[in-house]
Amino acid sequence: METVAKYEGDLNLKATELRLGLPGVEDFEKQKTPIVRNNKRALVETGDDCGSNNNSDISDARDRDLETAPAAKKQVVGWPPVRSYRKNSFQSKKTEVETSGMYVKVSMDGAPYLRKIDLKIYKGYPELLKALMAMFKFTIGQYSESEGYNGSEYVPTYEDKDGDWMLVGDVPWEMFISSCKRLRIMKGSEAKGLALGL
Amino acid sequence: MGDENQAEMFEDDEKPLDLGGSGSSSNKTRSSSSGVVGDCFAQNPDQVLENVLENVLIFLTSRRDRNSASLVCKSWYIAEALTRSDLFIGNCYAVSPQRVIQRFRKVQSLVLKGKPRFADFNLVPVNWGALFSPWVNSMSSAYPCLGKICLKRMWITDEDFASLGKALPRFKELVLVCCEGFGLAGLATIADTCRQIRVLELIECEVDDDEIDWLSHFPETGTTCLESLIFDCIDSPINFEALESLVIRSPMLKKLRLNGRMSIHELYKLMRRAPQLTHLGTGAFSPDEAALVEEQEMDLRSAFTSLKYLTCLSGFKEMLPGYLPSIQPVCANLTSLNFSYADINAEQLKPIICHCHKLQIFWVLDSVCDEGLQAVAATCSDLRELRVFPAIAREDSDSPVSEVGLVAISEGCKKLRSILHFCNKMTNAAVVAMSKNCPDLVVFRLCIMGRHLPDHLTGEPMDMGFGAIVMNCKKLRRLAVSGLLTDKAFYYIGQYGKLVRTLSVAFAGDTDVALTYVLQGCPELQKLEIRDCPFGYAGLLSGLHHFHNMRFLWMSSCRLTVGGCKEVARRRPQVVVEVIRDVYGQQTCELPKIEEDLGQTVEKLYMYRSLDGRRSDAPNFVTIL
Repeated sequence: METVAKYEGDLNLKATELRLGLPGVEDFEKQKTPIVRNNKRALVETGDDCGSNNNSDISDARDRDLETAPAAKKQVVGWPPVRSYRKNSFQSKKTEVETSGMYVKVSMDGAPYLRKIDLKIYKGYPELLKALMAMFKFTIGQYSESEGYNGSEYVPTYEDKDGDWMLVGDVPWEMFISSCKRLRIMKGSEAKGLALGL
Repeated sequence: MGDENQAEMFEDDEKPLDLGGSGSSSNKTRSSSSGVVGDCFAQNPDQVLENVLENVLIFLTSRRDRNSASLVCKSWYIAEALTRSDLFIGNCYAVSPQRVIQRFRKVQSLVLKGKPRFADFNLVPVNWGALFSPWVNSMSSAYPCLGKICLKRMWITDEDFASLGKALPRFKELVLVCCEGFGLAGLATIADTCRQIRVLELIECEVDDDEIDWLSHFPETGTTCLESLIFDCIDSPINFEALESLVIRSPMLKKLRLNGRMSIHELYKLMRRAPQLTHLGTGAFSPDEAALVEEQEMDLRSAFTSLKYLTCLSGFKEMLPGYLPSIQPVCANLTSLNFSYADINAEQLKPIICHCHKLQIFWVLDSVCDEGLQAVAATCSDLRELRVFPAIAREDSDSPVSEVGLVAISEGCKKLRSILHFCNKMTNAAVVAMSKNCPDLVVFRLCIMGRHLPDHLTGEPMDMGFGAIVMNCKKLRRLAVSGLLTDKAFYYIGQYGKLVRTLSVAFAGDTDVALTYVLQGCPELQKLEIRDCPFGYAGLLSGLHHFHNMRFLWMSSCRLTVGGCKEVARRRPQVVVEVIRDVYGQQTCELPKIEEDLGQTVEKLYMYRSLDGRRSDAPNFVTIL
């Protein structure tokens, strides 16, 4: 109730603490370690634990976060809240500006659902393939320039800007992420033509 | 888009459907023998009364009034259920299709909404749910007169379209907003089977490009019933000949919105074929590289002049600014103009907007700068809805709009009812000015893209600005806040935002008290979506009394734990509590059982009331507590 009275007549806003970069910490950690989730909070939730106890826990947590706040602000998922088709129309024209996310659809032959992934969060092919394998629960063999993914039951392919279907790994990573429109995990038998560069 | 009918259809301006009602627990059968309306020769006087009631209730169209009528007594409940023809279901998981079919018997039109709105920003994993299949399968047999379906954020498959077309070949209107899961094959099926279709509208949908030429599936001869064909969101090439033939044979066609793959020359030909159009989406509004030869044969200005009934103009997806002046002949009649894909500056906008005296709805990019907004304010005194989107949607972008543009709008457009404004610098003073100049505001959504940005002139939090909005705009129903905000802003919302139904909060607030202010202060609150705020269990508890009155609550990246959410679920059994986990790069079968780890942080909480308890189609990254 004290806080209520304080706000009602308060014309001079008290200085509020700077909180730049705080939420970015969580996401920063998330992007660094996508596999391991270990962000357990110390807050213990019980039925009677309301009010001041919780508040101090929260401010303690935030103080910890303040210490570890990163210098650079990474772009956050879904922020600003602009739908992706609106973003893509303009950022493709301004190629100097780094895009905030590059979502592509991923389908797998035989799987009933599509997934969507953000290519920007992967640093290279090994990370991407690892994530795909985990997502769709399949394995692929080693990639070689001459033989593609020979011996794999499934083969990752993608459609590029020209509408051509290519084998994932054929072009340098930077070129791949700027030209990939969508991914398709094909059955190995169907992908033989691609591997031979036909 | 800026089509008032669509806006009304999806505005939740009425009390929620009380599907529980008074009769849900009763299996009592009606005393009369059948549901025949107007049968005045029954022996039972009660039945006469019921028949009279049904005849009267037919005229009741507002769902709010119908909900009230259904609560009067059991016989009113039954009569209302038999005569309700327009069904609105704001959350597809609030009620099962079976329960709906049991209660309502003669549904002719359906509005069904699925995923929470934050799904639009990739916060909801793709396979979360909101499947249309169970609905189409049960309703198509139960409601033979079902002629109109509007779906928002639902997952629809091509098979669903096939089922729909097969069961309801006389289907008339299909409106899909933000839907996905289907491809062009689904549309082809509709074109094939529903020969009486009048309205086919796809708005902001994601349609799989399975390379089917769906337009060719419309009947090739004879006139069609088409009144509205909207497909501007489809990112696939279009068979122009098929479309042109269709347009020629559709004399009733009033609304046509082309996609960005259609060149200005194709647009020109279609405009010449359909001078009766009232709504036009211009597609790319630039030439196809291969078609430069035809340039001299096109008198675009004259084509626009011939569209004497045009009131709503959109498209301009790849516009070359040189073509812009050709739309000038229609400007004076326009009530709705969507430039939100046109990367134009103030100098390019001014010669157009100065003619748009009747404009009520205007969507634009911030590339027009404050100067462009000032030009809008100078002419469009009748403006009701304004949306300013960012050309560069990044939180560190140097957006060229600021408080100057906002103040100008507030001074020139005093009848403003709805605003969605993206920017990266704003002041409290400007927001306060708008609150005073535009008292009719119903929707105020300000998105300062930089997280935690204060008033850029004073350095203060944006509390006072938003406080003024809730205080002065007495009709406010929908609010989205941004910028640096302390608990004080939420105090104001709880204190003054008594009519607020929808509230969106991101990166704001200091403590749980903020959430408490809102949950305890806003009795009309229906939809609350929160992300990245320091709110936890204490705040959540403060809303226990209200959750069953809400459509949903979304909280992501806050300070909730599994244990806390579980406690809420225990105390409110009529509310479904979903904990959603991100499954990036993880094998979903390896996810630990969430209930075993009470201390674990909840990434995403989605909570909604439901008459039918937990859904059976939850994927394994969703845990229902």
